[in-house]
Amino acid sequence: MQFGILVNEGPYSHQASDSAYLFARTALEKGYKVPRIFFYHDGVYNASRLATPPQDDRNVGARWSKLAADYGVDLVVCVAAAQRRGITDGVLGDNFRISGLGQLVEMGIQYDRLVTFGD
Amino acid sequence: MSDMDEMEDGSGIVKKFMFLNRKAPHGTVYALEGLEVVLITAAFDQDVSMVFTDDGVYQLLKGIDTKGIEVKDFSKTYRALDGYDIEKLYVDQSSIDARGLTEDDLIVDVTVLSVSEMANLMAEQDVVISF
Amino acid sequence: MLHIVNKSATDRGSLESCLAMATKGSAVLLIEDAVYAATTGGAAAAKIQAAAADLKIYALGPDLAARGMAARVLDGVNVVDYAGFVDLVAEHKSCQSWL
Repeated sequence: MQFGILVNEGPYSHQASDSAYLFARTALEKGYKVPRIFFYHDGVYNASRLATPPQDDRNVGARWSKLAADYGVDLVVCVAAAQRRGITDGVLGDNFRISGLGQLVEMGIQYDRLVTFGD
Repeated sequence: MSDMDEMEDGSGIVKKFMFLNRKAPHGTVYALEGLEVVLITAAFDQDVSMVFTDDGVYQLLKGIDTKGIEVKDFSKTYRALDGYDIEKLYVDQSSIDARGLTEDDLIVDVTVLSVSEMANLMAEQDVVISF
Repeated sequence: MLHIVNKSATDRGSLESCLAMATKGSAVLLIEDAVYAATTGGAAAAKIQAAAADLKIYALGPDLAARGMAARVLDGVNVVDYAGFVDLVAEHKSCQSWL
């Protein structure tokens, strides 16, 4: 079974991105497939490699990058939302890519489930 | 990287998509960016329903004028949905009642559903995306 | 169908909207700040217990624990961990997040 995940909020201000990460990691550990995670609205801030949280806090962006490396998850950042918020190819963390909203619609069409995390 | 390049996913699958709008316009970006998803979805030939409940019904009000807050007035886009073959627009009766509104206050023709009709419509969807 | 609610019922109306539209037999999972609704003595306790007659009500354990509410869960509410959350999504044909 394939899960798509939609993340609508940035890191740190809302729990949404933490909840989405724990859901995705658990699903992958249980053997489900999470082929793609889509970042929309302020969720595009998850993709910034410029964030430098204190050492005793989690690094949300790096954590996504590692999940993608470990399991081959496609981390897609919405181009329109990213351009509004200054997230460009130059600031993307590892394994993130920028693409269109069509990638979100495809998740709905092709995968068995779509789970949204937001505010 | 244009969205136009990826319109057809080629699978031929048609799913029931519901876009549930529960938030007022302008105070947050969800109504505007939610509408952008609906317009893209239209190009994928899916069975799309657009639903307005709770404060989401405020998105459809006539007489919206955003000049004074210097943001885009996207309310006219709802009237263009027809041209994208998005024809199923539903509004929750109890939500407009609770806000002192009637169908005449809305800029587009909608189908008004009771809570139980809305609940059944939601239950039969394949994909629900809420903004 | 699985309904997911993440906001405190004393802050926003999303739990109320969800319960009004959840059809009989469907599941409601409370996560993040919504878990307060699943605890004893809270403003939403009566609403949750009434809803449990027709719906299956779940609350996410790690979110309860993080809020000091693990020992105050209402009777009739099923506590699940993240693995249980994933299973709930897998078991239901569709899900809706009441953001």
